[in-house]
Amino acid sequence: MTSSRAAKIDRLASVAARGPELEPGPEGSGSRNATDAGVSLAASAWRRLRRNPVFLVGAVVIGLFVLLALLAPLIAPHDPALRLLDDQVSRARNEIPPPQDGHPLGGDQFGRDLFSRMLLGSQQTLLVAVLATVIGLGGGLVLGTLAGAFGGWVDSLVMRIVDVLLSIPSLLLAVSIGALFADQTQFTVILAVAIVQIPIFARLLRGTMLSVRQSDHVLAAKALGVKRGAIVFRHILPNSLGPVIVQSTLVLAIAVLDAAALSFLGLGAADDAIPEWGQMLGNAQDYFDNQPHLAFLPAVCIIVVALGFTLVGESMREALDPRQRR
Amino acid sequence: MSDDVLVTIDDLKVHFPIKRGIVLDRTVGYVYAVDGVSLTINRGETYGLVGESGCGKTTLGRALLRLVEPTDGRADFDGTDLSTLKGEELRTMRRRMQMVFQDPLSSLDPRQSVESLLVEGMRAHGLDKGKEQTHQRLKELLAAVGLPESALRRYPHEFSGGQRQRIGIARALAVEPDLIVADEPVSALDVSVQAQVVNLLEELQDELGLTYLVIAHDLAVVRHISDRIGVMYLGSMVEEADSDELYRQPLHPYTRALLSAIPVPDPVVEDSREQILLSGDLPSPADPPTGCRFHTRCPWRQETLCDTDRPQLREIGEGHRVACHYAEDILEGRLSPHEVEPELVQPDAVTS
Amino acid sequence: MALLEVRDLSITFHRKGEEPSVAVDNISFNVEPGQTVGLVGESGCGKSVTSLAIMGLLPSRGAKVGGSVTFEGEELLGLSQRELDERRGRDLGMVFQDPLSSLNPVVPIGLQISEVLERHRKLGRKEAKAEAAELLNRVGIPDPKRRLDEYPHQLSGGMRQRALIAIALACRPRLLIADEPTTALDVTIQAQILSLLSELVSGTDTALIMITHDLGVVAGLCDEVNVMYGGRIVERAQRHALFAEPRHPYTHGLLASIPRLDAPRGEKLVPIRGSVVDNIAWSRGCAFAPRCPSQLEECWSDPPELVDDRGGMLRCHNPVEVAPMAAEGAR
Repeated sequence: MTSSRAAKIDRLASVAARGPELEPGPEGSGSRNATDAGVSLAASAWRRLRRNPVFLVGAVVIGLFVLLALLAPLIAPHDPALRLLDDQVSRARNEIPPPQDGHPLGGDQFGRDLFSRMLLGSQQTLLVAVLATVIGLGGGLVLGTLAGAFGGWVDSLVMRIVDVLLSIPSLLLAVSIGALFADQTQFTVILAVAIVQIPIFARLLRGTMLSVRQSDHVLAAKALGVKRGAIVFRHILPNSLGPVIVQSTLVLAIAVLDAAALSFLGLGAADDAIPEWGQMLGNAQDYFDNQPHLAFLPAVCIIVVALGFTLVGESMREALDPRQRR
Repeated sequence: MSDDVLVTIDDLKVHFPIKRGIVLDRTVGYVYAVDGVSLTINRGETYGLVGESGCGKTTLGRALLRLVEPTDGRADFDGTDLSTLKGEELRTMRRRMQMVFQDPLSSLDPRQSVESLLVEGMRAHGLDKGKEQTHQRLKELLAAVGLPESALRRYPHEFSGGQRQRIGIARALAVEPDLIVADEPVSALDVSVQAQVVNLLEELQDELGLTYLVIAHDLAVVRHISDRIGVMYLGSMVEEADSDELYRQPLHPYTRALLSAIPVPDPVVEDSREQILLSGDLPSPADPPTGCRFHTRCPWRQETLCDTDRPQLREIGEGHRVACHYAEDILEGRLSPHEVEPELVQPDAVTS
Repeated sequence: MALLEVRDLSITFHRKGEEPSVAVDNISFNVEPGQTVGLVGESGCGKSVTSLAIMGLLPSRGAKVGGSVTFEGEELLGLSQRELDERRGRDLGMVFQDPLSSLNPVVPIGLQISEVLERHRKLGRKEAKAEAAELLNRVGIPDPKRRLDEYPHQLSGGMRQRALIAIALACRPRLLIADEPTTALDVTIQAQILSLLSELVSGTDTALIMITHDLGVVAGLCDEVNVMYGGRIVERAQRHALFAEPRHPYTHGLLASIPRLDAPRGEKLVPIRGSVVDNIAWSRGCAFAPRCPSQLEECWSDPPELVDDRGGMLRCHNPVEVAPMAAEGAR
């Protein structure tokens, strides 16, 4: 057996010695760039992405907000929890501190510095969005991989659970989950927003995996004798991640909005010492007639961040779309 | 004799269940993709399998490699009954039987570089021993299929169709197989490139003593490359013969029609030859005709037997097998073709 | 006067962020009434784009069309969309490669045909329906009256292609363009469709432009054949001349690389090396030069012109020599 195989290698080597039939690498020598290193799909997607103005705008917006969130403790002139301007607040006359020296945006309804609260609010908002998305993505990956890799009854079981979760309107579900917890903290918001996303990720991943599982290159790996686990984790899963990655950037936007909505409804952190835009928006509703900027500022920030994430997500979808590949 | 035989397929059947239902899937019928096919492939020969879409040739190839599970029948590879193999045994056996696919792009994982594609199979079967040796082997493989060494670090989408098919062939060769099942290896390629790949397959066979099962709809390609040819129609084998014999003297009416339907790039031949035009379409494999599968379209169909008894392959002449009740009568000219009223076939979502 | 005259047709595609690409480069040919003309070549040679330009089906944005296409002396390029619609129904018919995506999936076959009849031939509803059934019968669809009410998905691939041909023929066009009409079909069905097409055009003065990559299809069907490569016509000849004595190395190479059903076994194929990605630009030389077995130095620097050659046309510096006598006259 071994000897015949060795003989075979020898014969193969003799074919090899004859050299290539064709002039080597027409594509390498001609029309395409002449470098030797190939360009992977991810690299060419990134190349397309970089040239897309939509992506650039989204990325700049997100980048600015992330920068603000990181630097907020340094830039913020005051402690957001301190009622520095309490003396200028009048409940009776619906008055709040106007912009003044040291307080460029004035104060909020409790006399706290609005500028500092806006800055630090970005931290919470981004934190909630990112954590909720990561948890949702993680849960969705586990469930989706289970369903997509095994099929059969595992698939049926997982997908029925997912269907049940999907049949409940997402905000209602998030509100219900949020209300389950005795004391509301920022973490409940994150969890509520994340759990709503899990079935969406799971379903998306499972669908993609099922179609990738049918593809020729997976069949080829099976025919090659590659082990089942390796087929799932090296071929099926990596090739199914594209839509999930796109979805997660879009979910970042949704999470910003959902978290804001939960806070607005009073299901956010009970302690409003740590500012959060959605909560600020919620608290501002009593002052909407006289002091619209209290609601307006956090609302605009929420919209701009969500838009930034959406732009990035949409441009990534375009870059990863297989129909655009040649 | 039996030493020369590498593959024996005996009465192989693959029936795909048709499932309907909202909560629980119910089986409402079967697609008779492969319905009782027997053949043998000798070591070092090329066996060609031809037929039109829906005839079950691709399924047969995959069932042989256990990429789809056969419903019934058996397939022996080098004396081992493949249907008894399970899990790790089957996986190990896969090293010896490889496959080359129709669409070279979709059969290569777009995220893998050529190097990773080629090494994967070697790794799965413990053939990569040491970095130096593996690299040497990769170089040999690329040279054998006529690709430059620089291809290793590139990705499938950076190659042309013909080059991708070379990569696919190199991947199959990497594990030193005995048998290669090539499913439509050239039909996705441009005409001017097809010949490159056909020649490559032939050269590799000469050098490495490979055995091929070539599956294709193009009888001209199959005839060029094969020693023996089996013609399939609607899940069954209707004729099998040496490739010259099949062209010289086709016995089954379907084979005759198929041969006469293939355009020859020569106006002189085209103007003079007589075409046997089949009427109607291929019936659905989910609802195959009774008796001879071909009787609904057969210009030589007779009153008796054809629609009631399913003809078995029988030998007429040396190594020439045909499944037709009236093969001798047709051959001797005692029967002549007649008009056939086309029967309409409704394509259904399951099979198309 | 020729029925259709294509003069110096050029088609350039402009895509955002990419170099403009020339799909068709100054091609000219005539189609006489009743003639069957073949456009042959591999994917990317510009044959399908040519047919779309003749039909006025190219997107107005992104595709720049130059030159002229005249039908019975009347310019087709630059006609308004309405005038084109009128033309397409009445004078020009087209059959596409994929019958399923060319038929409207939610409208019954009969209605799709009678719509055309009502609009262009001004038939009444009843007459149109009867005529539609007659057309289906003519293209060989069994039980045509019943088929009228069926939807495209209820027909097989071959039947769909027949239905598409029926629609194209509905207004008795004088020019029918068939773009790879049998590529998606099985060989036995292909044979049916080809014999139907040749039956429909032979003996009438309906002209047919057959676009295909399959030289076998051309051999049996076309009177005159244009071989295209890289967006230009490289050889034009009557079919017998073309197949008996191909002059261009590309045509010659194609014929040598196709396995022939009737060739003796064991004969080795002679492939054309490389692939179309190796082409050089026509402005620099001969696009085929990098793949050409009989290339000369001038092929890389001097673009060959399309010149008269033994009753046909040829674009080559170093044509394949055939019979020594004939070759002498040509050089």
